[in-house]
Amino acid sequence: MAQVFHRSTNSIARVSIFGAVFIVVGLGWLLDTISRSSYVTQARNARVQPVAFSHKHHVGGAGFDCRYCHTSVEESAFAGIPSTKICMNCHSQIWADSPMLAPVRESLKTGRSIEWTRVHDLPGFVYFDHSIHVAKGVGCSTCHGRVDQMPLTWQENSLQMDWCVNCHGNPAPFVRPRQEVFNMAWRPPPDQLEQGARLVTEYKILPPSVLTSCSTCHR
Amino acid sequence: MAETPEQVHPEAHRPPVIEPGHSFSSVTDQISSIVLTHRTPAGWWLGFALVFSIAMMLFYSVAYLVVVGVGIWGINAPVGWGFAIINFVWWIGIGHAGTLISAILLLLRQEWRTSINRFAEAMTLFAVAQAGIFPLIHLGRPWLGYWLFPYPNTMAVWPQFRSPLMWDVFAVATYATVSALFWFIGLIPDLATLRDRSENRAARIIYGMLAMGWRGSARHWHRYETAYLLLAGLATPLVLSVHTVVSFDFAISIVPGWHSTIFPPYFVAGAIYAGFAMVLLIAIPLRWAYGLEDFITMRHLQNMCKILLATGMIVFYGYLMEAFFGWYSGSIYEWYMTKNRAVGPYAPLYWALIFCNGVAPQVFWSARARSSIAVQFIVAIIVSIGMWLERFIIVVTSLHRDFLPSSWGMYTPTQWDWMTLIGTLGFFTTLLFLFIRVLPMISIFEMRTILPGAAVRAKEEPA
Repeated sequence: MAQVFHRSTNSIARVSIFGAVFIVVGLGWLLDTISRSSYVTQARNARVQPVAFSHKHHVGGAGFDCRYCHTSVEESAFAGIPSTKICMNCHSQIWADSPMLAPVRESLKTGRSIEWTRVHDLPGFVYFDHSIHVAKGVGCSTCHGRVDQMPLTWQENSLQMDWCVNCHGNPAPFVRPRQEVFNMAWRPPPDQLEQGARLVTEYKILPPSVLTSCSTCHR
Repeated sequence: MAETPEQVHPEAHRPPVIEPGHSFSSVTDQISSIVLTHRTPAGWWLGFALVFSIAMMLFYSVAYLVVVGVGIWGINAPVGWGFAIINFVWWIGIGHAGTLISAILLLLRQEWRTSINRFAEAMTLFAVAQAGIFPLIHLGRPWLGYWLFPYPNTMAVWPQFRSPLMWDVFAVATYATVSALFWFIGLIPDLATLRDRSENRAARIIYGMLAMGWRGSARHWHRYETAYLLLAGLATPLVLSVHTVVSFDFAISIVPGWHSTIFPPYFVAGAIYAGFAMVLLIAIPLRWAYGLEDFITMRHLQNMCKILLATGMIVFYGYLMEAFFGWYSGSIYEWYMTKNRAVGPYAPLYWALIFCNGVAPQVFWSARARSSIAVQFIVAIIVSIGMWLERFIIVVTSLHRDFLPSSWGMYTPTQWDWMTLIGTLGFFTTLLFLFIRVLPMISIFEMRTILPGAAVRAKEEPA
């Protein structure tokens, strides 16, 4: 009876058994990388908006404070999307005839809000409150990045849970003085760990056992 | 492993482990021809069609469950653990016989195991496969089942290692892996036999790949025997550990009727009990359908009856102790639970359980009952039902009477619960049908070693 297998099958069998280990490890690495990639998280992907609004121009150039538009960030869970009237405070005077702003004028005329595309969309099972973060010295740029340098807005971070827990488990490296919260250019000082630890005590930030408890965010 | 003449020629009153008159080639011919035949028997097709249509019921009910959710089942407060847990424990228990036969009986040099170990191991794998379905589908969102495994994830969360449900994942996964490995390694020499005997080129390639280049050289055999013994040693503690961990799912909690130190040993005994009942249920039709009475002899069936009797008594002792603990604990909840089992709304099932597991196997004290295939088969069915009832009683009677009477309730399974349970029986049998068609259901090379000829040569005496 003729041999079913060629001699080379011996080598192929050995290599494939040995290689299987690497294939399994490689597949695990690949899945992990994909699940953290911006393809999945949509991080650093500038969204198309009905009006090409530039934070870079308004914050970085014109020097607006975040709270001029995001009015409820200090009092409520939702930072607030500015009403058309806030836009028109200025744009009734400057660029009043710009074709770029036609949807804004249209919105004012009809009373129908502009339908912005949401950039930071947390899942419904996560409870998030802007006001508590701002009150405890978590700056805008810590989570949102340098918004003052974004022509179109993108999501700076993955918004995956390990990113949240990274700070909830140890806030000291991230906390800044309250008066710096809205400062886009703030950078951690060289003694951030000591300063942060002091601020954590001063602002009475709850211990990690509470901040990383399931029901803190999944209520 | 050298056989002593006593093992090959047992005392006159005990049937032999292999009928006389067989040679090396007749054993190989008879077992391998079942697989290598060109014509699949009509009975196989008929049986396969029947059990596969039952398996489809499982696929359908699981698909419906995924679409709709666990609300289709009878579970609700206070009975949150229903058929899914009952069936899981039942199936995983059945899966214990295979490893016990292959590993422990191998280490104890019980040569009679040779005829039944192959299909008992296959039965184990298929039972563990059924058992594995239930924890997965009871999750509610089964597609997130991989969260049970510890891996570096984007949530920065690890599983709760202090939970026995977590230990379950590891115990069952380890058991499934080691059983599969043990079964496959045991198959290699036979796969080589099939490769060499098959006339079909595709079959020769498939069996050849699975045989992993087995040539039957002395070095191969030496390594094979070493690996097989090592795996047997590895599998032996698993026989005890898996059902111990399963019993921890209950015993670690503080629910009356569950929080008991007797649970691990009594679960393990129950598992072996249920497993051997299932081996009998498979062996009896199999030897009849394929004419294997020469290989699976009365000796095997009688030995299994004795194991049923022994483990059945351990299980029954467990029931007595449970009742005793209920009274001796002095806890009103424990004592109420004990009384509630005996006279409460599920009392008929409790007494049916006592009959099935405690009373029915007592017929095996009689040698005449042990020699009757009809009695063996009927008792094996009764024991299988009894072991399922045991898990039902444990899960439901403890939960349905909560600590506060305001939280009391009843549990009634729905049609979907039944369809899933019966469906797994169909799926299990479907896998068995496929197994007996494509793989030798009895270990050919091990059968050859228990022939008288092998024993003579081992002792280096002239034939």
